[in-house]
Amino acid sequence: MSSTTPPAPAASPAPAGAHSAAPAGTPLLEVSGLTKHFPVMGGFPIRRRIGAVQAVDGLDFSVAAGESLGLVGESGCGKSTTGRLITRLLEPTGGRITYRGQDITHASRRQLAPVRSEIQMIFQDPYASLNPRQTVGRIVSGPMEINGIGPPGGRERRVRELLETVGLNPEHYNRFPHEFSGGQRQRIGVARALALEPKLIVADEPVSALDVSIQAQVVNLLQEVQRNLGIAFVFIAHDLAVVRHFSQRVAVMYLGRIVEVADRDQLYGNPRHPYTRALLSAVPEVAADDAAPPRERIRLAGDVPSPLNPPSGCRFRTRCWKATERCGSESPPLVRAEGSGEGHLSACHYPEDVAALTESKGSRGTKGVTGSVDLEISKEP
Amino acid sequence: MFRFLVRRILGAVVILLIISAITFLLFYVAPRDPARLACGKTCTPQTLALVRRNLGIADPLPVQYWHWLQALFTGRDYASFGRCPAPCLGYSFHYHEPVLGLILNRFPTTLSLALGSAVVFVLFGVGAGMLAAVKQGRTVDKVASSASLIGSSLQIYIVGLVAMYYLVDQWHILSRPQDIPLTQDPMGWFKGLLLPWFILALIFTANYTRMTRSQLVEALSEDYVRTARAKGLSRRAVFFRFAWRGAMGPLLTIFGLDLGGLFGGAIITEATFGLHGIGALSVDAVNNNDLPMLLGVTLVAAGAIVVLNIVVDALYAFIDPRVRLA
Amino acid sequence: MSDPMSSTPGGPFLSVRDLRVHFSTEDGIVKAVDGLSFDLGHGRTLGIVGESGSGKSVTNMALLGLHDSRNTTIDGEALLDGQDLLTAPQRELERLRGNKMSMIFQDALASLSPYHTVGRQIGETYRKHTGASRKEARDRAVEMLAKVGIPQPELRVDDYPHQFSGGMRQRVMIAMALVCDPALLIADEPTTALDVTVQAQIMDLLKDLQQETGTSIIFITHDLGVIADIADDVLVMYGGRCVERGTKQEVLRAPQHPYTWGLLGSMPSLDHPVDVPLSPIPGAPPSLLNPPTGCRFHPRCAFIEQVGDGLCADAQPPLEVMDGRGAACHLGPAQRVEFFADFAGIQPN
Repeated sequence: MSSTTPPAPAASPAPAGAHSAAPAGTPLLEVSGLTKHFPVMGGFPIRRRIGAVQAVDGLDFSVAAGESLGLVGESGCGKSTTGRLITRLLEPTGGRITYRGQDITHASRRQLAPVRSEIQMIFQDPYASLNPRQTVGRIVSGPMEINGIGPPGGRERRVRELLETVGLNPEHYNRFPHEFSGGQRQRIGVARALALEPKLIVADEPVSALDVSIQAQVVNLLQEVQRNLGIAFVFIAHDLAVVRHFSQRVAVMYLGRIVEVADRDQLYGNPRHPYTRALLSAVPEVAADDAAPPRERIRLAGDVPSPLNPPSGCRFRTRCWKATERCGSESPPLVRAEGSGEGHLSACHYPEDVAALTESKGSRGTKGVTGSVDLEISKEP
Repeated sequence: MFRFLVRRILGAVVILLIISAITFLLFYVAPRDPARLACGKTCTPQTLALVRRNLGIADPLPVQYWHWLQALFTGRDYASFGRCPAPCLGYSFHYHEPVLGLILNRFPTTLSLALGSAVVFVLFGVGAGMLAAVKQGRTVDKVASSASLIGSSLQIYIVGLVAMYYLVDQWHILSRPQDIPLTQDPMGWFKGLLLPWFILALIFTANYTRMTRSQLVEALSEDYVRTARAKGLSRRAVFFRFAWRGAMGPLLTIFGLDLGGLFGGAIITEATFGLHGIGALSVDAVNNNDLPMLLGVTLVAAGAIVVLNIVVDALYAFIDPRVRLA
Repeated sequence: MSDPMSSTPGGPFLSVRDLRVHFSTEDGIVKAVDGLSFDLGHGRTLGIVGESGSGKSVTNMALLGLHDSRNTTIDGEALLDGQDLLTAPQRELERLRGNKMSMIFQDALASLSPYHTVGRQIGETYRKHTGASRKEARDRAVEMLAKVGIPQPELRVDDYPHQFSGGMRQRVMIAMALVCDPALLIADEPTTALDVTVQAQIMDLLKDLQQETGTSIIFITHDLGVIADIADDVLVMYGGRCVERGTKQEVLRAPQHPYTWGLLGSMPSLDHPVDVPLSPIPGAPPSLLNPPTGCRFHPRCAFIEQVGDGLCADAQPPLEVMDGRGAACHLGPAQRVEFFADFAGIQPN
């Protein structure tokens, strides 16, 4: 890490833009109109570009220093692509990515080098993302070597510290990945990501490949890391409960677009986008007690349409029970709907009612939604 | 499917053009005088001058190539030597004949040898591989596996001669290798090629035993094979309808890649058994400084491989709907 | 909810006793399942929960006889309608599989043959067990596709699996498994690979079909939320053994085994207070090659002090079952209630 920045403060979870070197009020990471289209080849008789998979299509969001932003959505919604775009593992097709005031959208390798050490990534598969022929010591010190960083006391000491931070035995410095269990491997991945004292970690489904009991260990570890080291997170996951647990702010994606973004309580307690609401209602839950009123059940029909040929207008309209002609012709902007709280943005022409959902947690969905073929609402027996 | 084939054929034409251009270039930019190389062993100064004029050596290389390409469609006159009718692949100044006719005369022998031995090694190799896969870890598997290892380390020209000595000369089990056209005497054709087929197939059989076994073992561990068992189908039905179907695609791909090697092996086999295929023709061409003939043989062999590869691709698409419908 | 035993006059429809599945590997014997017993009543759904390596999938592969017989030894008894599956000859199992008992798997794309149309794959099962003609089998396939909610079944019947979406493929799997109206359906993590909205659809479908056909279901999953949605009875597996069983209400509301508590504490829920960290189980699941002595959970258990005397490491706690309810733990009944209350932060009432 460069000598101009003080060691990361042991900050409270409160987003702390003040610690950033950028002028106050500037978010750590700002993304506007971010787009990634993958070309599709085909045609006859000579193959050529015939279309594009619109994996990510015009995203706007920002991440404050020390904050955790959750990205949730079903497969094909573009959440992983987004993670790869902001770490610049993929080249954006359009839009702008600004990191601490610096435009890195199309930055060259050389320009990116200092930024790369501050933005780290944690991957889903703890088996595939560690080189099996390297010792844990080499894996964790790798980023320091590549960036030519010699911490005081030497790299080995730093690695041992890191291993201890992530809850591994520092004595395991010379072991190989295959000697560890899945959860421990993910801890090695976390240690590697922490090696350069990053300001932002992009975690792409970091716990979904792990067993339930191990998941919780890693979630807790990441939470400690985020709180104690003040590192900002972009937390990509499909599990809504895990995201809610980990992220202060959550963005829901559908077919390459953000349909709703809000702080955690707003999003889970008062979803304004029908998709968010449907998604929440589909999560199977062990209810806390039998006395709790039954949860609302919204069943979306069908699957997510192909991103190769997404629906016009609002992309959710083909599965939405509220869709009208307007939804097909006019793409709803991501705005603060009437009645929404500060920073609560949703992209829907007909946002969900506020009142019905905010009374109390237990009474979610007591008001039915009417008039739809695709929707069936029923109560659990 | 139709689109797929058309696209593959267009691709093949492009590949053949590139091969011809490269071969042309290689032969003509060689440090030695191409006319001298083309003229043949019995080359008088007069013929050399004629050859030089007829080949258009004075022209720049692209123009020469263009003329050569044109000749494919329009034919070409070689003045006092004679006319080379379309499709003209070149004119042999050694034989005083267009090369294509000579090659096509010899080609059936090579093709018979290559494809015949392919039938042999597919039957035996795949059969042994299947057996080994079914009896995984048992004696049959171990014998098949070690036999295939020995087989693949054998050399055609040694085994060929040894086999000929014992099987033909000493024990009179097989008849002496010779090339009788299939159209003339099918039985003679079969008998004459039987030994070369087996010898050429030997190295391939070993490979196919190993590959069939590993492909089948992999296919047998596929989830859809487990599903088929869970449906109550018998082991036999599961093996042939599901596992074998899954192993077939990769084997076919490997077969396509092996075609080049097969033709190469056929040429060695011809030399070993004194058969008159295009192998012998190209050896003669080298000895006689017959450059146009070499060029023609290279192209015909390349063409055969490309065409067979299209057939293989079409078969693959037939086997695997994911390719067909993609 | 009525007792599963009493509703079926002839006793449980599937009864597994002391099932042991051991694999011999180069490194030694893997005791994947080590003494498992359970019952399943007609029309009931038994949820088997466990983490990877708990033996939950192995159990069901063994029941269907789908294990690799070359390196697997199976002991015990598994009576399906009085017929022992573990000693039945292969031919008899082939007659039962896909007919009286069938199975759906997690990864529908990999589990369906890429080389055959879905109609052929569904019809194949039907023809094998009913001797129907091609035409009849095809009609039946169309009927089944319609039943599992695939639009335009008469067109889709000639499509290949890769032409379907993930959720639709799982529906095809279900159609294939149910084509002969099996009495027992084993569903091995059928929704794990699916998105939540699609998972909800598939679970609704399974519930509806069960209502209609009365099929008994064994539903294997690692997700207690899914269990809460679909199961009548629950069996919690750890390290190849059953640690706790009972009805869904019993196991989820008043769990008696520290492992079950740990699972519940590990799962974030939509109601979990966000500032309270999750309470994970320390350590990692045991190696089945060299499992811990005594209670297999003891190296990760927080309550061995309370049991005392090193009992947990020395003796395997018996699973004493009363009316289908039981837990294999050395803690006494009162302790279980007390410690769970502590654990969950609720007052025992």
